[in-house]
Amino acid sequence: MSDAPGTSSQQKHWLVRPENIRKLWILFIVVLAGVALLDFVIHPHAEFGIDGTPFFYSWYGFATCVGMVMFAKLLGIFLKRADTYYDD
Amino acid sequence: MTIEALHPGLVLIVGAFLLPFVRGAWRMTLVLVLPLAALGLVWQLPDGVLISGTFLGLAVEPLEVDALSRLFATIFAIMAFAGALFAMRQSRVLELVAAYVYAGAAIGVSFAGDLITVFVFWEIMALGSTLVIWSADSENAWKASFRYLMIHLLGGVILMAGIAAHVAAGGGTDFAAMRPESLGTWLILIGFLVNAAAPPLSAWLPDAYPEASPGGTVFLSAFTTKAAVYVLIRGFPGAEILVFVGLYMIFYGIIYALLENDMRRILAYSIVNQVGFMVTGVGIGTEMALNGSAAHAFTHIIYKALLLMSAGSVLYMTGKRKCSDLGGLFQSMPLTTVCGIIGALAISSFPLTSGFVSKSMISQAAVDESLAVVWFLLAAASAGVFLHAGIKFPWFVFFQKDSGLRPKDPPWNMRLAMILFAFLCIALGVFPGPLYAILPHPVDYVPYTAPHVVNMLQLLLFAGLAFFVCLPMMRRTLTISLDFDWFYRQFFKVSAEEFSYRGAQAYWRLWGRLEVRVQRFIAGIYRHHGPQGVLARTWQTGSTALWMALLLGAYLLLYYV
Repeated sequence: MSDAPGTSSQQKHWLVRPENIRKLWILFIVVLAGVALLDFVIHPHAEFGIDGTPFFYSWYGFATCVGMVMFAKLLGIFLKRADTYYDD
Repeated sequence: MTIEALHPGLVLIVGAFLLPFVRGAWRMTLVLVLPLAALGLVWQLPDGVLISGTFLGLAVEPLEVDALSRLFATIFAIMAFAGALFAMRQSRVLELVAAYVYAGAAIGVSFAGDLITVFVFWEIMALGSTLVIWSADSENAWKASFRYLMIHLLGGVILMAGIAAHVAAGGGTDFAAMRPESLGTWLILIGFLVNAAAPPLSAWLPDAYPEASPGGTVFLSAFTTKAAVYVLIRGFPGAEILVFVGLYMIFYGIIYALLENDMRRILAYSIVNQVGFMVTGVGIGTEMALNGSAAHAFTHIIYKALLLMSAGSVLYMTGKRKCSDLGGLFQSMPLTTVCGIIGALAISSFPLTSGFVSKSMISQAAVDESLAVVWFLLAAASAGVFLHAGIKFPWFVFFQKDSGLRPKDPPWNMRLAMILFAFLCIALGVFPGPLYAILPHPVDYVPYTAPHVVNMLQLLLFAGLAFFVCLPMMRRTLTISLDFDWFYRQFFKVSAEEFSYRGAQAYWRLWGRLEVRVQRFIAGIYRHHGPQGVLARTWQTGSTALWMALLLGAYLLLYYV
């Protein structure tokens, strides 16, 4: 079902070449900046005060996600077991 | 019994039992025609009670139709069709029969006008879904199915007790909006919540669903939890406790999915997460919130099935399910990758996908009711959904590292089912009108406003940034995470072993003591009555006559006194 991977004769897929990954990162950061700066063009109507401040959705999305990853990591210390844990 | 129309659920259930008797192309035709026939029938039914009668002296209404029940029956029938299309050439006939009984029972629940009918179809769903898990035919599936069945039978018993208490308290059998205020209604609510995978018994879902076959998991993802959402919308709109239950489920799903390594278990945890959004909406309880929950159940069934179809295709073609074994599959499975990504975008409620037009109604309801904390938590959770399912699933399965696997896209029927649901995810996102038109309450909501679209994009794209920044912290490990099922899989098992060990010791000690007593008793009798015993000695005639005379004298004396 699977061919031998990564043989040198095979040209790597364009998406996994390092120079393209760099370009994708640059593109991603440009898009992020663009979307964040849209706050100055489109004014959201604040429902609860803080959600009307500039860049609220940008930092809130980023911060809460980092928070959730950290919390999961912390919980993982206590909850993670080898995946053969329940095997007899 | 008055019958004014054919029950679409029963059509599917009875039709399912015909499947083993036809072969080849006829079976394939029947498989595809049955859910379409049920769907057609759903839309022929006028509003009102169409089948009614009495059962054990209680009024039952097995077929009562309104907008809400029609909405859920519609999506259950569509799901049965697409699921069967995905599974029909790969699954055993037993699995298809079980899945159709399961789907038919879910339709039965959504048309139930009374609590007795709800209960009957509720139990048929439990049996049908257990059989679907069995069909995977593996040791793990067999064990998981028993744990699954026990939880669901427990839920069924609680529901039955609740219905009995409710009827005994004079509540009647009619299935209408209740408040959790009496013993009966509390038990009914708990019974419903067990099937919604609410805490503390959430673990049955990620434990059992990923053990089913590739097609089986697709069926399982749709019916049980969403039938539970339906009965909560119908039975407990505005019950405040559901807001807390729902929010807990949302974050439970995210955190456990972040820790998980098995791709189908990631998606299973994310079912709990998504059902959490719906349960929160039911708890908020306004027309906007209930519309949001109902619409979200509709769109969720489609994109979750699509995600599990793409995961199922990977499993079917590679035989692997752990993220640590997968990666780089986009090169040889382009269609599966694209469909998986569309499902992932829809679950993350990206603009122009179905999740965007449904989930935002629940957030809007929180705004309308000025529930600030709920709204901030829902916003964080929306970002979290993108994190744990929207990027994590496609990234680790299709991109990540090159695993060296080069499987092809799956067979044509699996591809067709994915294309159908990917199309629906986009179509409902671009044209939400038809979905909004069949919601239970009139819709006064416009999802596509410039601020809403921009804010959602900001939230999601920066969540994406957080994913790639935190990627080193999310290296996949060969682990599972302990959950509530630890209590019944490990704690009770170990305590039962300990109990039986100590119990056996105590038993043998007691038995030993009893034996000593019995032996001492026998020895005592032997000492008195044995050949050497004092009572066994022969006496001389003289002493016998003396003792007789003494006894008679004592008798004479007593007689005169």
